[in-house]
Amino acid sequence: MVLFVILLIPLLVAGLSMIPAKNARVSALATIVGAAAVFVLSLFSALGIDTGHPVGAPIFSSWFSMDGLSVLVLLLVSFVGFAASLFSLGYIGRTVPENQQDRIRRYYRRFNLFLLSMLAVPLLSQVAMVWIAVELTTLLSVFLVGFENTPESLEAAWKYVVLTCMGAALALMGVLILYWGLSLSGGGEFTWSFLKTTSPKIPPVFVTTAFIFFLVGFGTKAGLVPLHTWLPDAHSQAPSPVCALLSGVETTTALYVILRFLPMVGGLPESALTAWFLVFGLISVGVSAFLLIQVKDYKRLFAYSTIEHMGIILVAAGLSNGTGTVGAVYLIMAHALAKSFCFFSAGAMLLVTKTREIASVRGLIRLSPLTGVSLMIGGLAIAGAPPFAVFLGEFSIIRAGLAQGQYGVIGALTIFIGIAFCGILYQVNRMVFGKASNPGQPLPLPWSCAATLVVAAVPVVLLGLFVPDSLNHLLRLAALSLGR
Amino acid sequence: MTQFNALMGGLFILTAFGIVGLRQILGSLRLFVAQSLLLAASAIILGVNHASIHLFIVAGIVLIVKALFIPWLLYRVLSHELHAKREVEQALDVPTSLLLAAGLTVIAYFLVNPLLTAAPDPFIRINLPVGMAGVLLGAYAVAVRREALPQLLGILTMENGAFFAGISIASDLPLLTELAAAFDVLIIAVVVGLLTRRIQKQVGTTLVGEMAKLKEE
Repeated sequence: MVLFVILLIPLLVAGLSMIPAKNARVSALATIVGAAAVFVLSLFSALGIDTGHPVGAPIFSSWFSMDGLSVLVLLLVSFVGFAASLFSLGYIGRTVPENQQDRIRRYYRRFNLFLLSMLAVPLLSQVAMVWIAVELTTLLSVFLVGFENTPESLEAAWKYVVLTCMGAALALMGVLILYWGLSLSGGGEFTWSFLKTTSPKIPPVFVTTAFIFFLVGFGTKAGLVPLHTWLPDAHSQAPSPVCALLSGVETTTALYVILRFLPMVGGLPESALTAWFLVFGLISVGVSAFLLIQVKDYKRLFAYSTIEHMGIILVAAGLSNGTGTVGAVYLIMAHALAKSFCFFSAGAMLLVTKTREIASVRGLIRLSPLTGVSLMIGGLAIAGAPPFAVFLGEFSIIRAGLAQGQYGVIGALTIFIGIAFCGILYQVNRMVFGKASNPGQPLPLPWSCAATLVVAAVPVVLLGLFVPDSLNHLLRLAALSLGR
Repeated sequence: MTQFNALMGGLFILTAFGIVGLRQILGSLRLFVAQSLLLAASAIILGVNHASIHLFIVAGIVLIVKALFIPWLLYRVLSHELHAKREVEQALDVPTSLLLAAGLTVIAYFLVNPLLTAAPDPFIRINLPVGMAGVLLGAYAVAVRREALPQLLGILTMENGAFFAGISIASDLPLLTELAAAFDVLIIAVVVGLLTRRIQKQVGTTLVGEMAKLKEE
């Protein structure tokens, strides 16, 4: 039952924000309350999961269900969604002129619908419906990417919608071929859990072909190189709270769909299939590591770091070959939390300095101590410095790889991570410290933005040092649902 | 019956070639309508053959959404664009791009060959390679066309290709899924159409291939 309430709340709030109230603040507050409720409900359903088996919703159990992995993704989406809604209050209030209340209401309507589509991806269990939900995450966020209405943001929105729709069409081919394979092997429910048990009976050529289409199609959405070109554009041009959602969790939902294939391909006689994960993953990590050295725009810096993380998670999935994937699952969580936090800091920085160029931001810590400290924490966290969660995830992946004797892969991965580490910290360091560049009194941060920075920093800082037992249990369950 | 279906398949590929190479925007839209009609016709043929009411409904959905609603919508939103008396800008000249498109069609046949040997069926033998060719040609059209509306038609051709394969290989997919997928295609057309109009208003052109402000130096 909780499942439906979770999906219903954003829909209701989206409807509410269409009411032409005189002041759009109502829809902003409703969005915050709604997102908080969704987060609390997700937390409850996460606590309710205590076995490896998926729990279906009443009546519609073959359409909606959750297991460890989907609850983890749900939890991340709802947390980042809540933080982003809080940040939006101050950010949109500051950047959109007072006399454009219509535009603000439109923003919140789209924000809630976008959130709804992302919540639906992990909750749906029918593969074809998941495809539709992923496609909707694109379509419902296009106008959020182009929200600023500048030529640059419209260009970003165009690239975003065209490339990801192309990817979706390829993924649809994969879905259909998988369904065909399923019906050849005797048919049955087209759900993740049924496919997991029945996949050995499907002729391998169908699983292989479907998998390649899935990887290329949803990989476009997750920003895997060479289909990543839209990602830095879209993730740098959207308003910052939307960037946090796009970069932190939208990419994760796409990757989630690819990872769902892992139990199916892990058991195939041609285990060369997991090599696809390794190759695509390593290329993504390598290319993004070199690209992020030379960025001029700090939001693009974080966007490239997202591509890097997606690559690392994919490598981890490839290494596991359908067994232990704790590293990958842990990194999914760490990425979503740290990356969204980075984009909140970037948004705060944009409000304070009014520029997106790395070169014109100096001495941020003197201009606005809170923003400076947040940026430093965020930078350290995504670069993978100890003791942050990303570091622990990467460390456990490297250890798992070494234990399997994959020295070549791990060697290359370590070098690329090292390059990205230096690149990110060099740029962040330049922005945070040094002599303050623009004289004059900077505008103070809106209270809600400051509050978001504090709230979002808590898990980023804490999870590297201490993981609560219940969360640890959930992570293990999530890894379990990726194994066979 | 199979021969009639093969005719539909052949014409379908032809329309996909047209989407890649045709010089007028309005002509491309008409070709897309023709393509959707062929998709519906193939669904009806398969429906008669498998005695499946399901495929008739799919044909109905395709007719309403793709042959009527989407063209009407694009006509409303972008009528100025559609009647532009100019040639569509291409990244490659037309003969070269048609040659490459022919190559892609051959690749599509190679791609699906292992699947066809695993499951021989006279209808799938036509629909799967043709659908795959539609997907690849649509993707190629997006890459080679430099204007907004022709790129949208490329995406819609990809979806049509996937559906063309789908009616043969996944004919018993739940109806709700088919409906949702059709709805999804509709939203693509709405979103991209509105975005095109906004780009035209703000940037003053629909030559999306020219927009290159965002890149790494």
